Amino acid sequence: MLAYVVRRLLYALPILIGVNLITFALFFVVNTPDDMARMQLGVKRVTPEAITRWKAERGYDRPLFVNDEASGVAVFSETIFFSKSIRMFVGDFGRAEDGRDIAREIVARMGPSLAIALPTFVLGLLVSVTFALLLTFFRATYLDFWGVVLCVAMMSISGLFYIIGGQYLISKLWKLVPISGYGGGLDAWKFVILPVVIGVVSGIGSSTRWYRTIFIEEIARDYVRTARAKGLSEAAVLFRHVLRNALIPILTGVVVVIPLLFMGSLLTESFFGIPGLGSYTIDAINAQDFAVVRAMVFIGSLLYIVGLILTDLSYTLVDPRIRFD
Amino acid sequence: MPFLPVILWSDVLIWLLLLAALASGWLSAGNPLWRSAWQRVGRSRAGMASATLLLAFAIVGLLDSLHYRPRLAADGGQRTAGQPAVYAVEVLSLLDALLTPLRTRNEKTYSEPLATRAHAKETIEVRGSDGRLQQVRDHPRLRHGGAHLGADEGRRDADVAGRVLQALGLALLAWAAVVLAVCGGVVRARGCGWRLAWRRVWRSEGEFAWNAILATLAALSLLAMPVALLAGDYHVFGTDKVGQDVLYQVLKSVRTALVIGLVTTLVMLPLSVLLGVLAGYFRGWVDDLIQYLYTTLSSIPGVLLIAAAVLMMQVLIDTHPQWFATAAERADLRLLALCFILGVTSWTGLCRLLRGETLKLRELEYIQAAQAFGVSSLRIIGRHILPNLMHIVIIALVMDFSSLVLAEAVLSYVGIGVDPTMISFGTMINNARLELAREPLVWWSLAAAFLFMFSLVLAANLFADAVRDAFDPRLAGSP
Amino acid sequence: MNAPAKSCGDELLTVRQLRVAFAQGRALLPAVDGIDLRLAAGETLALLGESGCGKSATALALLRLLPAAGRIVAGEVRFGGRDLLRLPESEMRAVRGGGMAMIFQEPATSLNPVLTVGRQMAEVLARHRSLGGTAAQATALDLLSAVGIADARRRLGEYPFQLSGGMKQRVMIAMALAGDPRLLVADEPTTALDVTIQAQILDLLRRLQVERAMGMLLITHDLGVVAQMATRIGVMYAGEIVEEAPRASFFATPRHPYTQKLFAALPGLARRGGQLQTIPGQVPSLSAMPAGCRFAARCEHAWDRCRQQSPQWRQVALDHRVRCHLEDGRLVAGGNAGGPAADGVPVAAAAAAPTLLAVDDLRVHFAIRRGVLQRTVGHVRAVDGVSLALARGRTLALVGESGCGKTTVGKAILQLLPASGGSVCLLGEQLGGGRQRAQRALRRHMQMIFQDPFASLNPRLSVGEIIAEGIRAQGGGGRATNEAAIAAVLQQVGLPAEAAIRYPHEFSGGQRQRIAIARALAVQPELVICDEPTSALDVSVQAQILNLLATLQRELGLAYLFITHNFAVVDHLAHEVAVMYLGRIVEHGGVDEVLRSPQHPYTRALLSAVPSPRLAAASEPIRLPGEIPSPAAPPTGCHFHPRCRQAGESCRQAYPPPSQLSATHVVRCHLYPSTVDADRGGVACDRAET
Repeated sequence: MLAYVVRRLLYALPILIGVNLITFALFFVVNTPDDMARMQLGVKRVTPEAITRWKAERGYDRPLFVNDEASGVAVFSETIFFSKSIRMFVGDFGRAEDGRDIAREIVARMGPSLAIALPTFVLGLLVSVTFALLLTFFRATYLDFWGVVLCVAMMSISGLFYIIGGQYLISKLWKLVPISGYGGGLDAWKFVILPVVIGVVSGIGSSTRWYRTIFIEEIARDYVRTARAKGLSEAAVLFRHVLRNALIPILTGVVVVIPLLFMGSLLTESFFGIPGLGSYTIDAINAQDFAVVRAMVFIGSLLYIVGLILTDLSYTLVDPRIRFD
Repeated sequence: MPFLPVILWSDVLIWLLLLAALASGWLSAGNPLWRSAWQRVGRSRAGMASATLLLAFAIVGLLDSLHYRPRLAADGGQRTAGQPAVYAVEVLSLLDALLTPLRTRNEKTYSEPLATRAHAKETIEVRGSDGRLQQVRDHPRLRHGGAHLGADEGRRDADVAGRVLQALGLALLAWAAVVLAVCGGVVRARGCGWRLAWRRVWRSEGEFAWNAILATLAALSLLAMPVALLAGDYHVFGTDKVGQDVLYQVLKSVRTALVIGLVTTLVMLPLSVLLGVLAGYFRGWVDDLIQYLYTTLSSIPGVLLIAAAVLMMQVLIDTHPQWFATAAERADLRLLALCFILGVTSWTGLCRLLRGETLKLRELEYIQAAQAFGVSSLRIIGRHILPNLMHIVIIALVMDFSSLVLAEAVLSYVGIGVDPTMISFGTMINNARLELAREPLVWWSLAAAFLFMFSLVLAANLFADAVRDAFDPRLAGSP
Repeated sequence: MNAPAKSCGDELLTVRQLRVAFAQGRALLPAVDGIDLRLAAGETLALLGESGCGKSATALALLRLLPAAGRIVAGEVRFGGRDLLRLPESEMRAVRGGGMAMIFQEPATSLNPVLTVGRQMAEVLARHRSLGGTAAQATALDLLSAVGIADARRRLGEYPFQLSGGMKQRVMIAMALAGDPRLLVADEPTTALDVTIQAQILDLLRRLQVERAMGMLLITHDLGVVAQMATRIGVMYAGEIVEEAPRASFFATPRHPYTQKLFAALPGLARRGGQLQTIPGQVPSLSAMPAGCRFAARCEHAWDRCRQQSPQWRQVALDHRVRCHLEDGRLVAGGNAGGPAADGVPVAAAAAAPTLLAVDDLRVHFAIRRGVLQRTVGHVRAVDGVSLALARGRTLALVGESGCGKTTVGKAILQLLPASGGSVCLLGEQLGGGRQRAQRALRRHMQMIFQDPFASLNPRLSVGEIIAEGIRAQGGGGRATNEAAIAAVLQQVGLPAEAAIRYPHEFSGGQRQRIAIARALAVQPELVICDEPTSALDVSVQAQILNLLATLQRELGLAYLFITHNFAVVDHLAHEVAVMYLGRIVEHGGVDEVLRSPQHPYTRALLSAVPSPRLAAASEPIRLPGEIPSPAAPPTGCHFHPRCRQAGESCRQAYPPPSQLSATHVVRCHLYPSTVDADRGGVACDRAET
């Protein structure tokens, strides 16, 4: 089993390098730094001098891969590829357009992101699995049928409407909690509760339906028939046998997103004005802050790969076939 | 010629897609397995009801995919033969032509649905009883909304009610005609009496869920007909900030959604099918390479990859304005580029699925029988593997459609979606969102976008379910 | 009801007029149509029937465990003085696993993969005997020991995937016994197991039944299992019981034409090479049941009345009842005699025939990869030095239990798997390597027929396209000649020419196997490798296919490499037999030599384990302990020695060399003096026909 884990860890490395190469190609090969400079500076201020200055300020004035003018290691280190891509592996993301250090900003913004995303994730999982179990218990009845219809209807509504509608109803009409904003300390719950509720509700439809499909598939298996033949009650069959086995496919989809919770949700954070990584990304996109977007792509992939490894590890917990292999 | 046809790239793709759909429908009619699968879809009531609704959306989208530039009337109407025709810069579609009144009758700013006066008070000059001009703060009269009423604004409710009644009557008539036609068809095809034909159609005792189609048509015409009759003189869904009719906007949004949902799959499909099958069939280093490729691509969170790619595309488009003749072309290319980016970022899921299925298929005995004959690998893939993967591809296509439509809205909201000048659900929501803070509330734009988008996505989801139930071999056997 | 009322007192289970149907859309398709059963304590009632006759549905209905689409339409199931069909669900749960327990066909999927054996057993003990903690643990240990599981304490903490197939079925039985049931329902309990394991499990069930005086309802399709286990037999056909008899009477004089046909369709020594009797047509489908006797359409004795009126029960001997219109005199007695045995056994041209296929020291090893870098740490020796030769017009049967590597041999010969060593020569030419074009041309001479008729035909192609594929791949002629060729092979396998435009799903299992044979024949091969071609088929259909294969061999001079685990089939059509154990051939000889006087202890045990569909069970059965070891780590010395009673010191040391017992009979066992001679090149390519 240890070999299995080590192998998964080793496998993550080439993937991270691949991600890095793709991002680099996207940002520096599709367009030259000159193009970016022109775009950033706007039509009016574009002069050759302005472009050169813009590039020099951000370190884009070096060659891409090989610096012929330098000597020694600097031939490779004094390049855009090294300074912008390789340095990311050691957590150096450079500076944003506003001059702040991106790495420090990222660390500072993880907390608020997590404060919203973690409760949303945990609550959403609990609620969806509960509903799915309920539908499975009442399968082939009207409750199940209309439950599925409701799920399909709910997943047909864009996430934007959930947020807009929720904000309007709860904050504006009923004035229960502030419409947006974020505060630390004890009052934080006031700001957290609305985005969490909306996040949970907007996810219920699709995840309930998905879990239900998994449960229904699992319930048709032979070992479930064996469990019934033992005289177990339907609830015991569902909780002791079906749920345990269904955990395996559920984990595949769920564990992988846990590390991504640090990234927050783009929509929720920007709507509610939460100073997390999601809104940081959106602001960067709108301000066309390439350095920040690049850093976020890297962080996101890193977290995703961590998620993949966690998924593999979680299998060893629920699936004895892997644990003992 | 009174107009100059303009062929946008997305138009070409849309019509090619339609052609491909028709061709594959014709081809699959020849194979009993495909035919029976489609017949199962035809028997599903939810499936056929949603298909009817989707067809209505598709017609709107297709009408909106025939573009032209109208000829400008020469000055003073005196045109000499030798003078070259001048065409407008503005690119219009057939739908625009049909909706000319909606498109051209712009108000100054917001107005409520069916209103005759604007939403906000303004200082207007009114000639008082004494004949002097007075400055009053009031809701100004709309230029077009209810203009036919003249000064008699109080007659509006009666007028609207009258039109709705008239429309409902017309809708029922039209619907009855369709029912008659369907029954007539059954009478001719089966050679049975009218009464029996009605029963077959209405109770769906035949193989086809006619009742669901007819019910949907009834509901659709009962809703659409009043809107159509009212739209000539009112703004049925109100107007937005710049006074544009909201009904016009939602209808235009349909095409954008369809293009995003359909053209994207066109990009995604060849990638995922080719790579998935190659990886599963040849295994070894081919498999390792392809697996590495899709694991790497899927490690980058979708939104971020799209954001990065769209940003770069924006730079590319902005720094090369000379590539585009008209604004419509630029918006169109940006739409296609978005489809391309969405396709490249979303092929990995289907690819993984197809790889797994191919791995299973290649161990099947009929593949081994073919190998025992010395049939070449390419032929085995073409004749044995691909046809047995098609059901997964079809299911994936219809399932993806709705999620792509939803994604468009989010991306456009974030600012990495379609061109801001292009009308789409996302841009509509984005524009309308800020108005929720207004007092009194401007809700109609959002409501209209919600209504249309919800019905489109819901229909797509229901249709996808019906298709999945019919094509999935594990589900197909069960009742 | 004509069941005598006297025995009601001591009866454990009484089923009256049970009807089960399956919902399909709005229709209800009857699967079980008014059957009556009675079963006393200590008795074994075997419910015998072919697939789709409703026997499993009956078993599940007794426990009310039918799948979602299944409905119990009518009837009464009396068990312990109560009608189970009218019990509320909560009380029914006390019956399930408590009064009445069930074991299923597939031990591999019937246990929960993520729970330990101990937990799965503890559930029953807690539910029905209110045992917990150490008491439960002790009881579970006792039960596991009772079903013959060694090292029970360790097994309690293990997961199902760590157990072998036979052990899983033992655990299933232990779980069934945990609730102290009075009735055990066993639904094809040994169908998924190998014969030696089947023999162990059947012995176990018999012993447990006697010890606990349980009633047992045994659902099976295997007359051999019935002969070993049953005290009474009910024969089911198309949802009805058509004959009911005590064991002795049943095997001595089966009365219903269907039962007689079942016996006559069994392959075996008596009918070697001759035509087996077959039942024409198919079981009527659920949706189109005939009005009269359901067997009438396939019965050669049927007369007008049979087609109009459903027959009533008639007593033909003590406790022997039958549902048939035939008068006593016309009821043909004793169908055990079998069909005409003559008709040119294709024994001809025995040793003189030129060698068609020569396999020398064939090895197929699969690498086992482990560790961080997935290094090869060992090999699964699926095939480990197999040599055999086959001449035109001859049949060589390759026999062995699952996992012995017999299918791998077939695929390696066909070059579907790469060989790790050794050589395969066909018509004097070496297969594998060499130029592609020549290799492809060689493929024409050999073809394969697969086990599963449902997986071996591409569902998306028409039958004509399926058959044409081989012709085209071999550079066949134009469209017209191809069509003629397709029609010809279809006729050869007994299908109409119109079949070419239809699709596989329109055909039954037997017909699909005919199509698969036609596909192989289309390229006019000389060698056909048959990989268990009848094991997925019912007995009556199996007979049709065996007859067809025999006819084709006679007419076309085909050579068959027949891969099977079924000795009856071997006995019926093979000329030579090779017995495989763990990747090696342990005994090889003429069919009479190997089957009549087996010399290797493994062959003897294997033959002894096959349940005979006859009453005479004279000789003491040889039971093999344990199961086949993994081919990844075969035992040192003779692979068989851990399971062999006659094993000596030398067996643990070295793999035995071949001992030539006669001109054709070779055995590899230390019990016999080695006669190994240097001439191993006896099957080299150059000596074969060119």
